[in-house]
Amino acid sequence: MNKKLFALLSTLILASLALAACGGGGAATQAPAAGGGKVEVFSWWTGGGEAAGLEAMIKVFNEKYPDVEFINAAVAGGAGTNARAVLATRLQAGDPPDSWQGHAGQELIGTYVAGGQIEPLNELYEAEGWLAVMPETLIPLISQDGNIYSVPVNIHRANVLWYNPGILEANGVEVPSTMDEWFAAMDTLKAAGVQPLALGEQWTKLHLLETVLLGTLGADAYNGLWDGSTDWGSAEVKTAIDNFAKVLTYANTDSASLSWQDAAQLVVNGDAAFNVMGDWAAGYFIELGKTANTDYGWAPTPGSVGVFQFLSDSFVLAVGAPDPEAATSWLKIAGSKEGQEAFNPVKGSICARTDCDKTLFGEYLQSAMADWSSNKVVGSLTHGVVANDSWKTEIDTALGLFVSDGNVDTFQTALVAACTSSGPCK
Amino acid sequence: MIRDKDRILNLILISPSILAVLIFIYAFIGWSIRVSLSKWKGLTPDYTWNGLNNFTELFADPRFAVDVRNTLIFTGVFVAGSLLLGFFLAVMLDQGLRGEGFFRSLFLFPMAISYIVTGVVWRWLMNPAMGTRLSGLNLLFSYIGLDSLASAWHTTPRWGMAAIALAAIWQMSGYTMALYLAGLRAIPQELKEAAQIDGASELQIYRHIMLPLLAPVTLSALIILGHMSLKVFDLIVAIAGKQLELDVPAIYMWQATFDGLFYGRGAAIGILLLISVAALIIPYIRFTLKTEAQQ
Repeated sequence: MNKKLFALLSTLILASLALAACGGGGAATQAPAAGGGKVEVFSWWTGGGEAAGLEAMIKVFNEKYPDVEFINAAVAGGAGTNARAVLATRLQAGDPPDSWQGHAGQELIGTYVAGGQIEPLNELYEAEGWLAVMPETLIPLISQDGNIYSVPVNIHRANVLWYNPGILEANGVEVPSTMDEWFAAMDTLKAAGVQPLALGEQWTKLHLLETVLLGTLGADAYNGLWDGSTDWGSAEVKTAIDNFAKVLTYANTDSASLSWQDAAQLVVNGDAAFNVMGDWAAGYFIELGKTANTDYGWAPTPGSVGVFQFLSDSFVLAVGAPDPEAATSWLKIAGSKEGQEAFNPVKGSICARTDCDKTLFGEYLQSAMADWSSNKVVGSLTHGVVANDSWKTEIDTALGLFVSDGNVDTFQTALVAACTSSGPCK
Repeated sequence: MIRDKDRILNLILISPSILAVLIFIYAFIGWSIRVSLSKWKGLTPDYTWNGLNNFTELFADPRFAVDVRNTLIFTGVFVAGSLLLGFFLAVMLDQGLRGEGFFRSLFLFPMAISYIVTGVVWRWLMNPAMGTRLSGLNLLFSYIGLDSLASAWHTTPRWGMAAIALAAIWQMSGYTMALYLAGLRAIPQELKEAAQIDGASELQIYRHIMLPLLAPVTLSALIILGHMSLKVFDLIVAIAGKQLELDVPAIYMWQATFDGLFYGRGAAIGILLLISVAALIIPYIRFTLKTEAQQ
């Protein structure tokens, strides 16, 4: 009797499980309610000014499209390290979010466009008149074969040298504008018992490497690294690597345990003289209650005066987006003057559009806006502009090995190999 | 004697689990093997046959050499440390001291914490900053006048992995203590008494009677700790992030697959991990099943 009851119960449980599974499938394929719809937007903006900026842009979106539900699918992790893994998994599974964040440049073209995962947006650009207001330097970086693939919302600068004005003054050091001046300045500081350079974990070293490459090679040869016209095995690149190795000797010994915030904080707290970091550091300094030009000063990294090494966050439209109409509405806001003016002052970046109101921005950002429109523009490696993900990972690995063994020749050989296996070199 | 009707019912009842295991474990292992033999790179699946190239490239890869070296250091320090400390704690507790239950729980509690939490705490304890920015254990050493003990911890060149193993020892030695304590309690008191009558010293009793009888416990602990240390990932990421100096196969697998989109290489690392864990576990399971059948 008991056994029969047990068998009956088991059957019932199995049957209900099967029914539940069918029910789930049915609900998922149900069409969105007329007029409403929802848009799922994927990013790695989960903290500080980034999250606040996204919230501000979502607010603008909700006012314009009150019927569309906005789903904020942000995944935490600096520079998107964790978010991109989650995204890759969802794309593999054929379950894309409607729209996601991608760095303008090769991260977008070499990864998502190459994988056939995102839709061209030419019609949207024409309908919204964006071609007239987006910078000419930017459009080719988000295009392939005449198709434009994403909507940039902001511009950040990577080649910024942050310094502590008080420390420089006390030691009689001028702000350096060439690599040699920088080394001389750091020698003076080191002799005076000051920590010359603050450095953080591995990705901040990659960030430092790209600015040293730019500062040593100059803008044209630097650009040539990424299209194959500058030889990675050349004597010039060797000089750049030697310079990088020398820069590392001025850094703090505990760099591996510091985040970029920790390292940047050493400068404003007076524990170190210099730090190389993107201009999101300015937003962090303001958050710490520090004053521009008193607690911190800025200059282009040595050797890159007159060059703006940039990166840009942009949003895309997924192939097979669950709700393409709502996703397009989101992209309209992301590209609009109103959306970008709400987002950028809070996030601590400048608008991708050229017609934003300057008075909304702080002191550092106004100087960045002036440089963006007058300087020569090159792309960042660490932040996805100049190399695809595979190439960047190979360079990062070579860098990691170099930091632990210090062998310049092995490093250069590995860089040559990386360009051949994953870049344009043959 | 099981009746035929019961046999059928048993089969029906366990078939969902068998099916799930077949699909979600063995089918995916098979799929990973297939990917590891392919040229797949990028977001689009590409099953072009690549033979064993992903594997031969890994064996020539300087980063993978760092991974193997780091894994050996971690495994050596972690397994030896946990076994020794666990055995020591178990022997201490076995002396019949007051408040044994309290100490037993105290030593076991770290095991209940996830590696991530352990990592965050030890990241702070093992802060390698020097000079005016001392903190964590280094600051403690400086307060009590033991400045010479201040260490660069996980940022020590080449041996940083041993510092990560310290955190893992803290977490898992309580577990080995529990295993050894159970083993010690299972040894009949008569054996000890007989040895004492024969004039054996306390040390001799442990060396010639207790330790040999605890050999099966040591083997179990060795296997459990060993396969954990081969797969370690979260503890390292929580303490040090993804630094190449502290790279292990699991972290390389993650970065190759998700950051670099080298799916073929990532799958090859996964298969090598599977093989190394299997080489440890399968002989053990066979041994255990055989001894159980004999009893």
